[in-house]
Amino acid sequence: MKPQSMLQGKSVYIVDGARTPFLKARGKPGPFHASDLAVAAGRSLLSRQPFAASQLDEVILGCVSSGPDEANIARVVALRLGCGHKVTAWTVQRNCASGMQALDCAAMDISSGRAELVLAGGTESMSHSPVLLNPLMVNWLAEWNRASSMSARLKQLTKLSGKHLTPVIGLLRGLTDPVVGLSMGQTAENLADRFGISRTMMDQYASKSHLRLGGAIDNDYLEELVPLYADDGTLYQQDDGLRRDSTVESLAKLKPVFDRKFGSVTAGNSAQITDGAAMLLLASADAVEHYQLPVLARIRDVQWAGLDPAQMGLGPVYAMAPLLERNALNSSDINYWEINEAFSAQVLACRMAWEDAQFCREELGHEQAFGEIPCDRLNVDGGAVSMGHPVGASGARIVLHLAHILKRHRAGSGIASLCIGGGQGGAMWITNDEQAGSEQSGGEADE
Amino acid sequence: MNKPGVSKVEVKQMNNWNFEIDADNIAWLHVDMQHSSANILSKEMLEELDHQLLSISQHNPVGLVILSSKTSGFIAGADVRAFAGMTDRHEAEQLIHHAHEILEKLENLPFPSVACMHGFCLGGGLELALACSYRIASDDADVRIGFPETRLGIFPGFAGTVRSTALIGHLNALQLMLSNRNLNGRQAKKIGLVDEVVPNRQFKSAARYLIHDQPHRSRPSLLQRLAGVSLLRSAITTWLKSQVSKKVSIEHYPAPYALLDHWNTSAGDPQQMALSEQQEVAKLLTGETAQNLIRVFLLQNRLKAQKGDPDFRPTHVHVVGGGLMGGDIAAWCALKGLRVTLQDQSPEMLSRAIERAQQLFSKSLRDKRKVRDAMDRLIPDHLARGVPRADVVIEAIYEDAEAKQALYQQLEPRMKSDAVLATNTSSIPLEILAEKLQDPDRLVGLHFFNPVAKMPLLEIVTMASTDTAVIDKALAFSNRISKLPLVVKSSPGFLVNRVLLPYLMEAMQLHKEGVPAAEIDKAAKMFGMPMGPIELADTVGLDICKSVAEKMGDMLSIEVPKELVSMIDAGKLGRKSGEGFYRYEKGKAVIQKSSQPVDESVSDRLIGRLLNEAVATLREAVVEDADALDAGIIFGTGFAPFRGGPMHYIDHYGKEAMLEKLQQLEQQHGERFKPDAGWA
Repeated sequence: MKPQSMLQGKSVYIVDGARTPFLKARGKPGPFHASDLAVAAGRSLLSRQPFAASQLDEVILGCVSSGPDEANIARVVALRLGCGHKVTAWTVQRNCASGMQALDCAAMDISSGRAELVLAGGTESMSHSPVLLNPLMVNWLAEWNRASSMSARLKQLTKLSGKHLTPVIGLLRGLTDPVVGLSMGQTAENLADRFGISRTMMDQYASKSHLRLGGAIDNDYLEELVPLYADDGTLYQQDDGLRRDSTVESLAKLKPVFDRKFGSVTAGNSAQITDGAAMLLLASADAVEHYQLPVLARIRDVQWAGLDPAQMGLGPVYAMAPLLERNALNSSDINYWEINEAFSAQVLACRMAWEDAQFCREELGHEQAFGEIPCDRLNVDGGAVSMGHPVGASGARIVLHLAHILKRHRAGSGIASLCIGGGQGGAMWITNDEQAGSEQSGGEADE
Repeated sequence: MNKPGVSKVEVKQMNNWNFEIDADNIAWLHVDMQHSSANILSKEMLEELDHQLLSISQHNPVGLVILSSKTSGFIAGADVRAFAGMTDRHEAEQLIHHAHEILEKLENLPFPSVACMHGFCLGGGLELALACSYRIASDDADVRIGFPETRLGIFPGFAGTVRSTALIGHLNALQLMLSNRNLNGRQAKKIGLVDEVVPNRQFKSAARYLIHDQPHRSRPSLLQRLAGVSLLRSAITTWLKSQVSKKVSIEHYPAPYALLDHWNTSAGDPQQMALSEQQEVAKLLTGETAQNLIRVFLLQNRLKAQKGDPDFRPTHVHVVGGGLMGGDIAAWCALKGLRVTLQDQSPEMLSRAIERAQQLFSKSLRDKRKVRDAMDRLIPDHLARGVPRADVVIEAIYEDAEAKQALYQQLEPRMKSDAVLATNTSSIPLEILAEKLQDPDRLVGLHFFNPVAKMPLLEIVTMASTDTAVIDKALAFSNRISKLPLVVKSSPGFLVNRVLLPYLMEAMQLHKEGVPAAEIDKAAKMFGMPMGPIELADTVGLDICKSVAEKMGDMLSIEVPKELVSMIDAGKLGRKSGEGFYRYEKGKAVIQKSSQPVDESVSDRLIGRLLNEAVATLREAVVEDADALDAGIIFGTGFAPFRGGPMHYIDHYGKEAMLEKLQQLEQQHGERFKPDAGWA
């Protein structure tokens, strides 16, 4: 027996949201910790609300790897935002979809009546990923502490070698599947091979991502952006990974980084390693009415799916398929799509799989192909390839930006989806009820 | 909450001091001054202590622990109010002698005593603690242990000079008394002023330990003890006097010099020293300087006491204008715990304010978590999204009436109906700014002084029509951000700038006549001003001086000196441009020192204009009364505090004599010295 919706109860509204610029990691720790980023976005968001931070019911944040001083980072952020002692907070982790997981948890709590007003989102400071001592060194230190006499210490000193000093780069380990042992980029190479996606196709996709983000900035489409101010007064106003001069030709010069020498996935056609945060305010109908809040969009349904970790880039199609089926939606009912650009190859593979009748039948159990995801309806303002993928934040960012896209185009319905390291996919269906006509078929579950 | 473990067997209550004796036979003496938020060592308090010490002794306890029941701290000091107007040296000596006797009884109890110090432990409070066998300080960041006496023109008089030199050594003690520096628990422990530093929750355990174990107290180091040897004392005195003279002169501030002389002649013999302390402090206390400084202290209390609307508890301030003033006002409010949204036209304009705020926070808060919290509270807001939530909106944009009016038209409809709308204008009449408001009576001036973090005064500028409820809220806000509020009438320059401007203009006139800048400034400093007028003009910025002079000049018939205009045209704007009247190297004025005696007429002319304007301002009732005027000028300009303020100075000098002086100046230098009608 399958549920009618993952959100069975009350309606869940997206009221407002804000995100920081995404700042490219440049080889050393950036100016902001993950909590700094979430606070910067959150305080701007909260200061423009008609209610006080203390009136939130809870704060939920997605974050893959917070700093050593940020255990349960959501609580750290809530307190720094002035929510007060009584507002509870918790942190969720579903790798690349952590931000979307936070929205799902917030939506569930509102839907079930456990909460009325929730601050949810995601944050990540990948430039602050931990650099760890290797196990050899940890063991050596333990022995050192045990050595009590001078001679024992001297003896222990002689055992120290260069090998002990090799650090463990947390970021690289995090981007390697711990079960199948492939790096995320290698899973994208798998998809390129399986779907016959060429290097040129990937680079074309990547250059378009830059082009679209540039256009979105020029047209002031990134309404949700709030500037970041570093302590020294340095100002960050835009996603700084954008390369407006990026072309297929310039991208073609880059060397493959995952399957070195013979592969086709490069740094240029993959998501950038970045720092950033995206925060959303979710509210029940009662809270919307009580505080007279504007409604940006409504969260209708959510789906998570699992698949072979070596194929993790296809996660979106595995998640979107049941979501559409359950809500009796066709691809053509969806006005805009966001599929997180972990890798160009992976987004292209998702599109191809979605159009492939055999794949849909055999892998998704759907009688025919789901159909086309039109290029001009997918990631229309760029994506992680051009602006970066702060892993904990992206899931929240794509939902927030999708809501803005729907509003801008007076469109009714959109799906945001991500692939997730470890072999999962997540998808969220949102609607813009002011515009919604046919999409109402999803059913009113209120009260 | 009743805690287990301590069964009380005897309780004795009085008005201010209560004690109980517990099952371990330890006496716990709680100081809790009635009708006061802080404990003050008044005469009554001391006498009651005397009484309780006697009662406690009769119980033969194993030890005594003194604790404060106030959250504000242990004991904030002696009762300064009682010192005001004390002119009879004999009476003063009696009072001091009496305190000595009572603290001596405390010191000579046949069982150990412990003082538990948190928060304020200053002056007389510290001296009481010094009479105990042991001292425990809280490790809280807000602990303030020190001797502020010389700031009031006296020095520690409850045997503080005797006990502190013995406990922590001569040099340490002298430094503490001369510098007025406040120590936290850790710093106090380091020099041996306290025996233990513990979290408040461990006060009682630590006190029990000290009473039961009675550990040896640390002795001052050899160097510290050597300094008290009579052969060395006079050399040390000379050296320390030369240090003091770099900061204050003996004519203006005799107390530090008197302290050193007292120490030089009497250290080494505790009884002699105690006697000398009683005599010397009584002499200082009844002298003019101390009385004037006590007056300033009380004026400060008067301003502080204006609490305004107790129900107005602002939490969010919106500041418009991220320039020097706006940015610094915003930072100050965030430092004081308020949530602040700071608006300017673009994020670029705000980033420098954020940088300055960070510097202020790191300097004043130190603890990096507190710095971060303050930074989190200061929210750059170029889209003005914070307006609807703000309890106070402060406009601090450039001085242009139309621009301000236009801004208010955007702000007012978006503001909460009960929020305060304030302007930081220094030169535009509020009546004009209020013209286009839906509710013109809601506008109030909150005139901060530059640098905001250092200047304690906040002028609360009111129109005749300003709603009194708004004024009450402005007072409450001023209190919330720890500024000293002074209600002034909306008239050109309000109080401070108006009184200051003629003084600055006269300085420029003198300069034009060929008096070197350094000489003008020296004359003002010899009068007791913290900074000379020429350097002040350079510091404020010559362009700003000019604009203020132009705006106020019309109404006060003051002409902008041509010299000023040509300097500005030449790009000489003062300290900020590297050159004004002085040249600046690394932010410091290059001043040629002259050994020539300063012509008395320079200071007569400078101060004469200042006093004349003060009289005019009072006649026009810009402030409530002469005391309010004195307070404003002292806290707004740093006007020689030991002179007690301009109006007090006139009284002291003699009104007739001063008037005569002005008339002479008028004859010599013309119309601008014409005595105001207020002299009559």
